[in-house]
Amino acid sequence: MANIVQFENVGLRYGTGPETLSDISFTLSDGAFYFLTGASGAGKTSLLKLLYLAQRPSRGIIRLFGEDTVLLPRKRLPGFRRRIGVVFQDFRLVPHLTAYDNIALPLRVAGIPEGEVEPPVREMLAWVGLQDRGRALPATLSGGEQQRVAIARAIITRPELLVADEPTGNVDPEMADRLIHLFGSLNRLGTTVVVATHDFHLLNRVPGANMMRIDKGRLYDPTGSLRFPPRRPDVPPEETS
Amino acid sequence: MSDMEALPTPSRHLLDDGRRTRAMVWIMAIMIFLTVLAAALGLGAARSAGSLDRELAGRLTVQIIGADKDAQQASVAKVVAALRKDPAVTRVAPVDRARLAKLLKPWLGDAGLDPDLPMPAMIDVDLRHGDTADVARVTAQVQAIVPGAQVDRHARWLAPVRGFITTLWLLGAGLVALMAVATTAVVLLAARSGLDTHRDTIDVLHMLGSTDVQVARLFQRRIALDTLTGGAIGAVGALALTAFFQARLAMLGSQMMNTMVLTPADWAILVAVPFVFALMAMAAARLSVVRTLKSQL
Repeated sequence: MANIVQFENVGLRYGTGPETLSDISFTLSDGAFYFLTGASGAGKTSLLKLLYLAQRPSRGIIRLFGEDTVLLPRKRLPGFRRRIGVVFQDFRLVPHLTAYDNIALPLRVAGIPEGEVEPPVREMLAWVGLQDRGRALPATLSGGEQQRVAIARAIITRPELLVADEPTGNVDPEMADRLIHLFGSLNRLGTTVVVATHDFHLLNRVPGANMMRIDKGRLYDPTGSLRFPPRRPDVPPEETS
Repeated sequence: MSDMEALPTPSRHLLDDGRRTRAMVWIMAIMIFLTVLAAALGLGAARSAGSLDRELAGRLTVQIIGADKDAQQASVAKVVAALRKDPAVTRVAPVDRARLAKLLKPWLGDAGLDPDLPMPAMIDVDLRHGDTADVARVTAQVQAIVPGAQVDRHARWLAPVRGFITTLWLLGAGLVALMAVATTAVVLLAARSGLDTHRDTIDVLHMLGSTDVQVARLFQRRIALDTLTGGAIGAVGALALTAFFQARLAMLGSQMMNTMVLTPADWAILVAVPFVFALMAMAAARLSVVRTLKSQL
């Protein structure tokens, strides 16, 4: 399998503070499923921000879809971002748009004619089980429903890479299983999926998924070679480092 | 019918419509109201100045002074005959004594009617153009026939009025320019404030692959709509007020004031003001938003 993402000695520093991420090197294979685990504050979100081009690294090389994105001119970023679906930890739904319009947003940004927007949006709403909530504003949706709208928005354009930051953080275990199942389905359709989570119980829900662990800004098991289910219910950080 | 089937036409209003928008409409209404009034003042003054120039530029009065009435009349006849041959002259008309007495009545009373009262003879002369060269030539011609004759340009008498009208014109133009600058400043502030207010939405749009121009277009569209809505309100008010003043001017019956009456072309310019301002506001919004977004990733 070809590599869709390649990080080489990447470091990230916010302002003049200490490095949040240090010497990050790893590759992501096209069409694979990855879990990124680590405690809160370990650097998962920062690493994902580099992945979905919300941040530029302070040092190192990042190759996305075969191109160096560190030196990529700003005007070319939108083209890359349209190939990446992002599920934010805090959903980031546009509050005054309905669930339908939130999900339709990436299609409209991509300039899809209005007549061609409705069928995929309806399909997505049905796929995430919200076919009756299309007109609802985010404020009237439950946490789980908002999460599903965010996921539908992230995948409606069938991105090559899906990045999800703690997508199950606000939902009950049953809904968490269902969401991970959705990601698995998308992955089987060919999308490379990266899910950041600190919930170890989720890790064995996707057969054949790879795991990367981050701790204090450093990445452990960068090959993602660890497979699940693990021998023990939890993977202590010491064992994988 | 399920909720899905009842979905409304998808909203394209990515920027939330709120109180700020309504405030912007009223700000624009006031700005354009004042701009249209200032433009009407400027255009009226420009029309008046143009009309005065056309009326006065080629108009002269020849004054022949002499105690001997017969010699004076002979000089008038010679001058009239000479000027009628001049191709630059379109009209030569001696002012008869009765009319002169009428003109002087406010100062002399009925004494002006006394045939023995020595009065200068006057000749009205209209030139085809009002060129200084023509005036100089006619003056030389008259003075060659009657040394000491005086040739007065009407434009010189009305120079202070012309100056005042020019000041009005400049004032109108200056106010329009000032309002344009103020409107641009308001738009820039509104765009920056809008960027702050909608930062979260803009961040999401960027992450979904929106270009800066796409984001700027949202602001452009909204600001153009606010300007046009406010502009329509302001322009209707200002045009109604201008029409009222134009009617009052016409009622005054003053030849001078009538020169300030606006032409259909002037009205068209006034109607175009909100559209021009909307275009200007759109350009300012686009420039401001794109420039601000460039500083972000």
